[in-house]
Amino acid sequence: MTHAYIYDAVRTPRGRGKKNGSLHEITALQLATQQLEALRDRTGLDTAHVDDVILGCVSPVGEQGADIARAAVLNADYAESVAGVQVNRFCASGLEAVNIAAAKVLSGQAGMAIGGGVEAMSRVPMGSDGGALGVDPELAFDHYMVPQGVSADLIATKYGYSRDDVDAYAVESQKRAKKAWDEKRFEKSVVAVKNQLGLVQLDHDEHMRPETDMQSLASLKPAFKDLSAFVGLDKVAIQRYPDIERIEFVHHAGNSSGIVDGAAAVLIGTREMGEKLGLKPRARIRAMASIGSEPTIMLTGPAPSARKALEKAGMSPSDIDLYEMNEAFAAVVLRFMEDLGVDHDRTNVNGGAIALGHPLGATGAMILGTVLDELERTGKGTGLATLCVGGGMGTATIIERI
Amino acid sequence: MSYTHFKYDLDDDGIALVTFDSPDVSMNVLSSAVMDEIGQIVDRIGKDDAVKGAVITSGKKAFCAGADLSELGAGMADLKGLPEDEAKQKLFDMAYNLNSRLRALETCGKPVAAAINGLALGGGFEITLACHYRVMAFDTGAKLGLPESLVGVLPGGGGTQRLPRLIGVMNAAPIMLQGKQFDAQTAKDQGVVHEIAAATEIVDKAKALVKKDEMGAKQPWDQDKFKLPGGGPYHPAGAQVFAAASPMLRKETWGNYPAQRYILSCVYEGLQVPMDAALRIESRYFTKLLMRPESRNMIRSLFLSKQSLDKGGRRPKGQEKADITKIAVIGAGFMGAGVTTVAAQAGIEVVLIDVDQSNADKGKKHATDFFAKGVAKGKISEAKAGELGDLITATTDYSLLKDVDLVVEAVFENSELKAKITKAAEEHMKEGAVFGSNTSTIPITSLAEASSRPEHFIGIHFFSPVEKMNLVELIVGEKTGDHAVSRAIDFVTKIKKTPIVVADTRGFYANRCVMRYIEQGMHMLSEGVKPALIENGARMAGMPVGPLSLQDEVAIDLAYKILQQTKKDMGTAYKGSPTDEIITTMYEKERLGRKNGKGFYVYGEDGKRLWDELDQFAKDGVLPDDRQPSPAEIKDRILYAQSIEAARTMEEGIVQDPREADVGSILGWGFAPYTGGAISFIDTVGLKAFVQRADELKAAYGDAFAVPSLLREMADKGETFYGRFNPEKKAA
Repeated sequence: MTHAYIYDAVRTPRGRGKKNGSLHEITALQLATQQLEALRDRTGLDTAHVDDVILGCVSPVGEQGADIARAAVLNADYAESVAGVQVNRFCASGLEAVNIAAAKVLSGQAGMAIGGGVEAMSRVPMGSDGGALGVDPELAFDHYMVPQGVSADLIATKYGYSRDDVDAYAVESQKRAKKAWDEKRFEKSVVAVKNQLGLVQLDHDEHMRPETDMQSLASLKPAFKDLSAFVGLDKVAIQRYPDIERIEFVHHAGNSSGIVDGAAAVLIGTREMGEKLGLKPRARIRAMASIGSEPTIMLTGPAPSARKALEKAGMSPSDIDLYEMNEAFAAVVLRFMEDLGVDHDRTNVNGGAIALGHPLGATGAMILGTVLDELERTGKGTGLATLCVGGGMGTATIIERI
Repeated sequence: MSYTHFKYDLDDDGIALVTFDSPDVSMNVLSSAVMDEIGQIVDRIGKDDAVKGAVITSGKKAFCAGADLSELGAGMADLKGLPEDEAKQKLFDMAYNLNSRLRALETCGKPVAAAINGLALGGGFEITLACHYRVMAFDTGAKLGLPESLVGVLPGGGGTQRLPRLIGVMNAAPIMLQGKQFDAQTAKDQGVVHEIAAATEIVDKAKALVKKDEMGAKQPWDQDKFKLPGGGPYHPAGAQVFAAASPMLRKETWGNYPAQRYILSCVYEGLQVPMDAALRIESRYFTKLLMRPESRNMIRSLFLSKQSLDKGGRRPKGQEKADITKIAVIGAGFMGAGVTTVAAQAGIEVVLIDVDQSNADKGKKHATDFFAKGVAKGKISEAKAGELGDLITATTDYSLLKDVDLVVEAVFENSELKAKITKAAEEHMKEGAVFGSNTSTIPITSLAEASSRPEHFIGIHFFSPVEKMNLVELIVGEKTGDHAVSRAIDFVTKIKKTPIVVADTRGFYANRCVMRYIEQGMHMLSEGVKPALIENGARMAGMPVGPLSLQDEVAIDLAYKILQQTKKDMGTAYKGSPTDEIITTMYEKERLGRKNGKGFYVYGEDGKRLWDELDQFAKDGVLPDDRQPSPAEIKDRILYAQSIEAARTMEEGIVQDPREADVGSILGWGFAPYTGGAISFIDTVGLKAFVQRADELKAAYGDAFAVPSLLREMADKGETFYGRFNPEKKAA
């Protein structure tokens, strides 16, 4: 049968998602364009053989609106025959884009496709696209919707992760990310972002705070406590989980993913098309899955999505050498590891979004590249990337080196 | 052409003065007949070239108090037996009637102003919102408001659409969702009315606005450049409001009140479309709401039944209403002081007697402090507070009882003491004066034995705190006469509380039923249900506080004392329960409840937390998560246990009218108001289904769910409480 192979994976460094962030003066279109250019230029790809470019983007309005994937295809001077489509599975959009590209390849409907994502969060803030989920009472009221931060605190409360537990996880994430940069472990995929003159604008992840320790985190106030008290968000969560007396608020900016700008792209194709173009496959997509889960606690989808993908691949959690689980909030990763029975030694070995940041639409494609690089660096075989998703979903992808 | 409900006078300037003045009633209400006439008048204003504009005002003290809710009920009854879709369409047509009339009013092409002389609530307020201009009197105590959601309906005359378009969602929300009423000045400040003026000038001012007609006979929302104040759901600022609205409402309602929930949808969906579509959306949600049992039950219990009881609907035949101008309260403790306060507040002279003058003074101070708080909050004037305080005479002198209409005895729960006081008081009381004992536990018949005139002896059971709790149980002992009942009703209605008449029994009605509630909480605790789940489950069932929390409020030493007394009274007939052990243990550990900062909860600075050692009461340990009951199961246990007890009181004849059982359950102990009360709950579930479920609960959880034979009989016959104990028939 046809397989889907990963031929290359690139990402931008992640710029602080604020007005003083290095990428704030670079358009979302440029971020995406430069990733498509990098894929083409690194592999010498004849883009006429690319059937589709699928880009994840969570706030597809303003400059990110009107199908930014096709916009980037045109701007990167790909062959005009290359189609482009933007998709949104919230935080897993980038991985979903890769999975859709892989699905097109697997089904024989595409020989070569690109999956990736882009999010210039400093320029198009989260929530810019509106949406019924938290606003229309039919959803917000009837389905006990709360913001993700409250869901993360609900996870911590329900599964007993203390403030110390989540802070300790965050400190470790920062430590690992620092080490990874020091040892140039991200070198293979990170493509510096150029400015309007073509000069390097940013060549490293600038959200990291390697000096973070338990003391510095202890001084941070829980981010969702006051809003919850004012609006009653905790009471909404409790009405869905009535065996909980009160929500313990443990998450804050220091143990949650950072808001950053960034983009990523992954080149997927059949073996035949790779051979025709003279490309060497780096890994095979073994399985992929997206699932829905209970939407109030919202962020517990990764483990069931991983399980579903593992089942399709005929594998068990222990068959996976390395896990990348997006660090949306510390408690989400703690719960994922506990639920799936995998330990921290195999999970997010190079840190994650708490240290590096989470450019919503792009992160999924980024962490897939990260796990691939690390498998190659360490000579290991199998990796699984997964993300928790708004509205109660999870997406997972299993890859295997060849 | 003339009208029944309106006067129509065209002046020389071509401005029609339309005066709402329904014949033979003190209050204008919106009935279908009124709506039809509004339609005719609007048509005439629009078509008659001689008419340049119009002013609508009222010929009554109030402008209009809203829709005729009893008519709504009758309309619903007509739909019985129709196929569902047909019933929906019929009901929608009925609901949309008012909207179409008022839409015609605001689009009639001529400027129309409302001159609001007095109270304009619900549909009354909505009529004014459909006018292009509003002038309101500031000197008549006039208020505006949309109280519909408080009785389970929604503002169905465009209120959910026009008010937010006028003042923004943020300002409109508390008016629509909490029924907040507001005065002329606030209305002006918020932009609800254009001008305020003395009542004598409002019609002239309204006419002036009509002549000027700055908006060109078009509502703001019909203007091309209309912008919604504060923004709609997908405007950055508006989105914040909408995102906060759902959780805030869920926090308050626990998801049990569809009226508020549908108001949110009316606003969310309606504000995204033009007014014509918006009104259709509102009428659809109004229709949807009317088809739900919550709405029907709340209208019946919280509006119609309560109103009837508040008017003294349970006065015995042959007794006339009479004024109560002076009472005495004996015992100036917490209850006595509370009764004194509410009586003086209603303008009744009070002789407050205690054995100790300083106690009596303290009791009076409780009342004057309460009035002072009212002054601080701007509710009453300082002069008024002084007048109310002057109504109270604190004394030790029983001879002052000579001219009181009624005595309320509120001393400790001690039969001998009460007997002594009864005798002392009766020595001085005038002919026909009534003696009321405020007891919550001692049977009235036995207390009346001390009385030389037991036909004038009655139980008047207030709930604590008296200032807040609006139910009063009137307990009729074996010898209590109709005159005593009638006078007690005079008193309770005068202090604006709701009286229900119950027969003499241990715990009377309310306390007897609420015990069943607390008891279920204890049973669940002993079965190993997580305490948080018990408490939250109770809130989700619609109870105002969880059973453990309630027990803490009531105080555990009191529960312990009652337990000992009951054991003593019942002797060998007493059957123990898990509650006894829990209460005894708590009492022995000196966990007395909120009063000493520790009970089922621990009371600290950051609020209260469940005591973390409650698992000791789980007989076989706390149940594992997968065996914890669902909230639905807890809800059934809690509501069924109370409703079964309420049904038993009806079977025993302790309560005779389902309206009293229902209103009493809601006002007395907060029984899930959305159900319409403890008896309505049974009727809504249906007798057959109720008995079946109760039998299941009995098999699983014991005798608390044993149904009285009355229920089984009614189930067999296919009866309902409101059918079998038809209050209308009885009243007639």
